Amino acid sequence: MNARAKVPGPPLWLLLELTYRCPLHCAFCYNPTDFAKVGAELCTEDWLRVLREARALGAVQLGLSGGEPLARDDLELIVAEAHRLGFYINLITSGVGLNETRIAALKAAGLDHIQLSFQDSSKQMNDFLSSTRTFDLKSKVAALIKQYDYPMVLNVVLHRLNIDHVEEILNMADRLGAEYVELANTQYYGWAWHNRDQLMPSRAQVERAEAATKRFRERIGRPMQIYFVVPDYFERRPKPCMNGLGSIFLTVTPDGTALPCHAARMLPGLEFPNVRDSSVEHVWFDSPGFNHFRGDDWMKEPCRSCPEKARDFGGCRCQAFLMTGDAANADPVCDLSPHHHLVTEAVANAERQRPPEEKPLVFRTPANSATLFP
Amino acid sequence: MSAEPINAANPIDGASIPAVDRRFRLQWEAAQNAHVLLYPEGMIKLNASAGEILKRCDGKATLADITANLEKAFEASGLSGDVFAFIAMAVEKKWVTLL
Repeated sequence: MNARAKVPGPPLWLLLELTYRCPLHCAFCYNPTDFAKVGAELCTEDWLRVLREARALGAVQLGLSGGEPLARDDLELIVAEAHRLGFYINLITSGVGLNETRIAALKAAGLDHIQLSFQDSSKQMNDFLSSTRTFDLKSKVAALIKQYDYPMVLNVVLHRLNIDHVEEILNMADRLGAEYVELANTQYYGWAWHNRDQLMPSRAQVERAEAATKRFRERIGRPMQIYFVVPDYFERRPKPCMNGLGSIFLTVTPDGTALPCHAARMLPGLEFPNVRDSSVEHVWFDSPGFNHFRGDDWMKEPCRSCPEKARDFGGCRCQAFLMTGDAANADPVCDLSPHHHLVTEAVANAERQRPPEEKPLVFRTPANSATLFP
Repeated sequence: MSAEPINAANPIDGASIPAVDRRFRLQWEAAQNAHVLLYPEGMIKLNASAGEILKRCDGKATLADITANLEKAFEASGLSGDVFAFIAMAVEKKWVTLL
């Protein structure tokens, strides 16, 4: 067998987290809680080189995210180069900073699509959950997205405090003219992991939200694609996270660290390369950090002998690490995992009503990040 | 914006003019050796014949033109059944709009 026999396919999905700066302070953000310690952002020329190298390997779907990508004043330059190279470009934004001048410039540069986040359907809850006054601004941005003829994906992260408003959220999406709606139940990484006990919905809430989504789908009279992402803690099998680490997905974080998923920096004992001194080709094919969890040699029981391992790849490595302390364990969402009780206990805990002052939400701010990681 | 369902009132025939729907972008990807349809945060990898048909759906050519063009390019005949069946499926999936 030659060395290339196990070579992975191209990194079809490239996610550039252009900055950790963000005008919002959402308590469910997946960004690392120690983001305040992350070093200087890549310069424009570095990002353009990453685009060229990744495209040459076959990357085609591009996500521009953060933080808030509009915080970079070279976003239009990055979009223009990505468009010239043939990427399909998705801007993942809070909308803050997206005025008419920029939305027109981004259109001219070749931006394909805008995913706009809302935190809830009401001004009061949106502004509380993001810890900013942004609801009215987001509504204006939604109108601009339509005016400039972008496909609009509305993304709302669901959790205990807003999941009961799914029907109102869907009505809002309809009013705003969204073509796609992502009702993305919180995944517990980063700030969301820190705030998990306060964010986890009850099983009854999840079931009511699914029923409301189903009713809306039957009622709506125009094409609107609604994705209801079920929270994996309520499942018995894990998600096929990233389709297996190092299989299709490549993230570059603001300081240039390349990761096989947004959260992988937390995994202990792995060294991830930096695009400042490594080519994307080296990152993807040769770096130990990207090769470690490829294939199934790393698996332990019960995954190793499991007939389902080719379907779910043992679930999420970060979740296994966060909950069991060992990233090579089965994702405890799986009810075959000896650690599955950690998930059922977290869900059971969510059934318990608790006064909000017992453990307040910790919002994603540079100050809180610096306090958590002095 | 969406295509009308195909039924007795809206049949596909040789005069139909198909176009890739504005919500998708058709593109050749050398790394995948395939045409793909790109859309917000998603991608459909097309097989060779689907790619050959869709790349001819430019919003100008009729289905009769497209079929004749394919038969010439591949030195084949009797392709219209396959082409019409694929277009019907593509309209159903909203990849293609009939103008």
